Amino acid sequence: RGRAAGLPLGTADPGRAGPLRAAPGPGALGPLRKSPLQTIGEEQTQNPYTELLVLRAHRDIVRFLVQLDDCRFASAGDDGIVVVWNAQTGEKLLELSGHTQKITAIITFPPLEACEEKNQLILTASADKTVIVWDCDTGRQVRKVSCFHSTVKCLTILQRLDVWLSGGSDLCVWNRRLDLLCKTSHLSDTGVSALIEIPKNCVVAAVGKELIIFKLVAPTEGSLEWNILEVKRLLDHQDNILSLVNVNDLSFVSGSHVGELIVWDVSDWTVQACERNFWTQLDTQQEIKLCQKPNDISIHHFTWDEENVFAAVGRGLYVYNLQMKRVIACQKTAHDSSVLHIARLPNRQLISCSEDGSVRIWELREKQQLAAEPLPTGFFNMWGFGRVNKQASQPVKKQQENTTPCSLELIGDLIGHSSSVEMFLHFEDHGLVTCSADHLIILWKNGERESGLRSLKLFQKLEENGDLYLTV
Amino acid sequence: MISAPDVVAFTKEDEYEEEPYNEPALPEEYSVPLFPFASQGTNPWSKLSGAKFSRDFILISEFSEQVGPQPLLTIPNDTKVFGTFDLNYFSLRIMSVDYQASFVGHPPGSAYPKLNFVEDSKVVLGDSKEGAFAYVHHLTLYDLEARGFVRPFCMAYISADQHKIMQQFQELSTEFSKASECLKTGNRKAFAGELEKKLKDLDYTRTVLHTETEIQKKANDKGFYSSQAIEKANELASVEKSIIEHQDLLKQIRSYPHRKLKGSDLCSGEMERIQDQPDQAATTSNPDESADTDLFICRPSYTPKLIKAKSTKCFDKKLKTLEELCDTEYFTQTLAQLSHIEHMFRGDLCYLLTSQIDRALLKQQHVTNFLFEDLVEVSDRVVDKQKSAPPQPCQDRPLSRSLEECPIPQVLISIGSYKSSVESVLIKMEQELGDQEYKEVEVTELSSFDAQENLDYLDLDMKGSISSGESIEVLGTEKSTSVLSKSDSQASLTVPLSPQVVRSKAVSYRTISEDSIEVLSTCPSEALIPDDFKASYPSAINEEESYAGDSEGAIHFQASISPPVLDEAEEGSLENTPSQTDSSCCIGKESDSLGLPPSTPVHTLSDEDGVVSSPPQRYRQKDQGFPVDLAVENAHPSQDNTSEGFPAYELDPSHLLASRDVSKSSLDNYSDTTSYVSSVASTSSDRTPSSAHPAGPSSERHQKRAGQNALKFIRQYPFAHPAIYSLLSGRTLVVLGEDEAIVRKLVTALSIFVPNYSRSVKPVKHWVSSPLHIMDFQKWKLIGLQRVASPASAGTLHSLSRYSRYTSILDLDNKTLRCPLYRGTLVPRLADHRTQIKRGSTYYLHVQSMLTQLCSKAFLYTFCHHLHLPAHDKETEELVASRQASFLRLNLGLVNEDVKVVQYLAELLKLHYMQESHGTSHPTLRFDYVPSFLYKI
Repeated sequence: RGRAAGLPLGTADPGRAGPLRAAPGPGALGPLRKSPLQTIGEEQTQNPYTELLVLRAHRDIVRFLVQLDDCRFASAGDDGIVVVWNAQTGEKLLELSGHTQKITAIITFPPLEACEEKNQLILTASADKTVIVWDCDTGRQVRKVSCFHSTVKCLTILQRLDVWLSGGSDLCVWNRRLDLLCKTSHLSDTGVSALIEIPKNCVVAAVGKELIIFKLVAPTEGSLEWNILEVKRLLDHQDNILSLVNVNDLSFVSGSHVGELIVWDVSDWTVQACERNFWTQLDTQQEIKLCQKPNDISIHHFTWDEENVFAAVGRGLYVYNLQMKRVIACQKTAHDSSVLHIARLPNRQLISCSEDGSVRIWELREKQQLAAEPLPTGFFNMWGFGRVNKQASQPVKKQQENTTPCSLELIGDLIGHSSSVEMFLHFEDHGLVTCSADHLIILWKNGERESGLRSLKLFQKLEENGDLYLTV
Repeated sequence: MISAPDVVAFTKEDEYEEEPYNEPALPEEYSVPLFPFASQGTNPWSKLSGAKFSRDFILISEFSEQVGPQPLLTIPNDTKVFGTFDLNYFSLRIMSVDYQASFVGHPPGSAYPKLNFVEDSKVVLGDSKEGAFAYVHHLTLYDLEARGFVRPFCMAYISADQHKIMQQFQELSTEFSKASECLKTGNRKAFAGELEKKLKDLDYTRTVLHTETEIQKKANDKGFYSSQAIEKANELASVEKSIIEHQDLLKQIRSYPHRKLKGSDLCSGEMERIQDQPDQAATTSNPDESADTDLFICRPSYTPKLIKAKSTKCFDKKLKTLEELCDTEYFTQTLAQLSHIEHMFRGDLCYLLTSQIDRALLKQQHVTNFLFEDLVEVSDRVVDKQKSAPPQPCQDRPLSRSLEECPIPQVLISIGSYKSSVESVLIKMEQELGDQEYKEVEVTELSSFDAQENLDYLDLDMKGSISSGESIEVLGTEKSTSVLSKSDSQASLTVPLSPQVVRSKAVSYRTISEDSIEVLSTCPSEALIPDDFKASYPSAINEEESYAGDSEGAIHFQASISPPVLDEAEEGSLENTPSQTDSSCCIGKESDSLGLPPSTPVHTLSDEDGVVSSPPQRYRQKDQGFPVDLAVENAHPSQDNTSEGFPAYELDPSHLLASRDVSKSSLDNYSDTTSYVSSVASTSSDRTPSSAHPAGPSSERHQKRAGQNALKFIRQYPFAHPAIYSLLSGRTLVVLGEDEAIVRKLVTALSIFVPNYSRSVKPVKHWVSSPLHIMDFQKWKLIGLQRVASPASAGTLHSLSRYSRYTSILDLDNKTLRCPLYRGTLVPRLADHRTQIKRGSTYYLHVQSMLTQLCSKAFLYTFCHHLHLPAHDKETEELVASRQASFLRLNLGLVNEDVKVVQYLAELLKLHYMQESHGTSHPTLRFDYVPSFLYKI
């Protein structure tokens, strides 16, 4: 009865549906594939989102959401337009159209404190090989650059230097006025897939399987020229790097298509820790590997806090502790298909969205009984085989209990999109914004809080109208 | 929304007697005016014996210069309606009132004939022989060929209920003025056209004559004129004069006084401009010029004719019809307006008054009334609101095309003039039987129900007999307050009427619709009449015989009349407990008084005449038989019904379809509003035009049907309560089924429980066959969904299960419901499957009044300041929340899930209130994470 909400939904978008729920092989050999999707009933007492608002403006897949300030965000996607929304009311504030093809990257350029120009800027890169700078208060197109040789796939801003970088088949450095300061030579045809800033004026670019460190030379008294120099290439990954983030001042993390997670030192670019196959069972179960689609283990996204890196690996969620250098909690099949985006909330909660069209809210809880007992990182290899779980209802949890000191508990799910949820954005005050391949954006709100806010507004309006009589 | 039973609960008799009603009295404006003649024990529902027509109708008559007064047409145009009523005779009556000398001719001091733009006069007439009372609206139309260029017409609203005419005078006047203005506008246009043609004719004639004269002059140069030439010259002179006269007339008609249009809509100015354009065109065709060529260029369509010097005798020519007089477009528009009027005033006075109070009160509830009110009514109210402002001509008129070019200037009679004409007019009726003087009746003032109507109620001097053959009671005209009271005491009725009957006749009249005929035939059994009733009418047989020998038209008449059965029961209760007559309008009478053995009528006035000790028409009714189940039910009202303040019996004051509903309910249940072709439509042809009026009874029928189907749903499905709870709490209910008609039917029925977001959107989707989407749940709160047997339905069902948390699913094919648990007390009261309510319209009213209560709770909750704002800075949210909870529980008496209903309505109220100022606010989808359960029959 109560399980209806959590029914597998892989068919929602056939085009993008990740792993199909194939019938388990004879003997149900693969515990990983067997592990059922954790579901939650219709009763979700901890789920605060009891109100939703569907926003419709896009005509194609909405892929990007970016927060502008406390109550505004912008959305962009394959239809080439950028829409600015009010996160409180769901009102469409602006529609920025200028790109002729889909938008491939979007980033906000916060105003400089020193600068007179207060308006916040948005930079968008598109498959039409242009980058446009927008004023997101007026909707004006500030500048447009169209001298790219390839699609710009990532943008990053070095606030300290007041420059921004665009990563396509090469890496370009621009200033605020869109003057090209310097650029690298041609790096690769596939282009830069991810770009982050690290200290000492360096940036890390993920190009295929490689991570390339570039150093940016700012003009000094000696030379007025900007320059960008390749410093080092890191070749530890065996497959394409999909995700790359700064986790703290000391390290950054990269994840690849075959599930390698490498923690790098931010200053000397050495490997601090490496998890290559802890979410697969390569050495024990060859058959499984064969039937395993790489999608199932590719690391799509990271998020982090002070001590943990949260990784979206295939359909699962893993929490990797940086100090213990091991996985402390995992949810192998958090979703029905690939998890595309995850974010951490302050209250030890984690939100994930997936190709299956759902958004799930998790809470990281410590297990009381198993506090210590360190586990080898390769432990995953040991338990799976031979403990065939005939009963599908026997959850993974039991297995986890033996393996990890913490657990990810599902505390709520948000069902609204009919297709893959590409990204979401969390507002402290206004709730959650999700965008999806079904062209929609949904604003999820805390119903009780909204009700209170509406009451406040109501009485404000009554007061304005002079209809409010307060008895003392 | 405030239905009559709801209000009447406060006037229940036994509550006054046994325990004084302790609650604060209902504010004056909320109370239904007491039935003015209640103290006399008259029964407002009793049928009038005198009236020969079955229900109100509108008559248009003309005082033809050839044949005198003649009826032209009636609305509805159905002989059944006016029956044996003598239209010719009545036309004579109403046209014989010389209301105003609309003199056209040569007034002293004026060289040319002068058109008088006379005000219409509005008169109330009565003809007691015919049992007819009429609001008569006289108007004058211009016709070039008519004597004095005028054709007097009148439109009369004829009803058997004098008080209806009197009390609705203002409304009738307003509405008829619209119709009249429409006619007159069209007439002015047509008249101007006629004049132009005539001018051209004259011009042409003059040219011809001129030429002839010249020829004669030339031919005859002897220095003197032949008699022929002199004749020609005279003729020419008269033509010249005629031209000047007609030009003057044209100028007059075009300069239709602007003061008339004062207060009218702005578009009238446009209309004037439109009228002016041909004016200019006409002035250019100055007769002094040689206009022939010009004319043929400009107006090739019209060939001027030579006008003979001797005009034809007026009896030879055929007078123009009304339609020709007024331009077809305007004429049809007028007819539409008139049939709108007919619908508007259809039904009993009490019903009209109640619905007027209803509307007035609803107007006050502007904060909450969008929730459950019918959108049709809302738009109706919008019109009402703008009544004083420029009228909205197109709102209630189907003919929108012509409206832009021909707005209908509305002449509103000022309240002052109205008062002067009506107040303190005495109606004197000479008594036929002669001897008895009845004390003057002080009529209670009724003005409280309508602020607009400052009608000082008439002091009626009711003086017995009204059977005078030729009496005309002119109650007043607009201009004169003089009273004509002429009566001729000639007994023309075979059955002597008691004064009591007369009075009841004057007071009450109910529309009889043909619909009930069939019911009478289906329930012919007199044997089933409870003995109590029989006992109360000892002289039944005699009366019956006397009626059997009555007028020749009796058979048709009796067949077409099916007097309300309930009324009879009511009547009994009224008569037997005269003290109850203090309470108003008889609606409040609980029929439990019927349990008492009926005693003989207590009215001493009629005691002396044994024959008329009780109104005779009742026996006729009995003879026709009446649906017994209703009567029995009336005698034994269930307790829980009365506890709700709803009488067990059900009145449908607008149509007496009571018995039809009962007997045909099973048939009607699944017929659609649009495919409503059951016997009702076939028996009453006049219903067809009603669909043209959005605010007309079609919506009422719709309500009734919805109520009936909702009632059926409640009885049929034990899980109706959670389903209705879903609707009330804003959880989308999906009605899943294969058969579109059945699904649509149920969706329509259940839509009466769906709160609206705003005035313009009704969140109901009757039929969808594509898979549902999240947007649908945000937009629609009630959806009819097609179940397809093919694999294509997989997507539909998939999306349904995916979004199951937002929906309750009612599966009509499997008779299951999947929805959250409901344990409140609100819905059981709203939808009791053991309810004694039998009829759709009554149930609809019941629902509406319950929902009104609910709205008021939501209103209180929403607008209580202290509930939503912290009392001081340190107060936590939890404290505020607990304060809200305790308010909902203790002050509003809500339990369990009922709280959610009120909270949902409160959210809608807030959104709506905020929305009023700044633009569009999106409706949000609110939901709860609560488990659902599967209900089965």
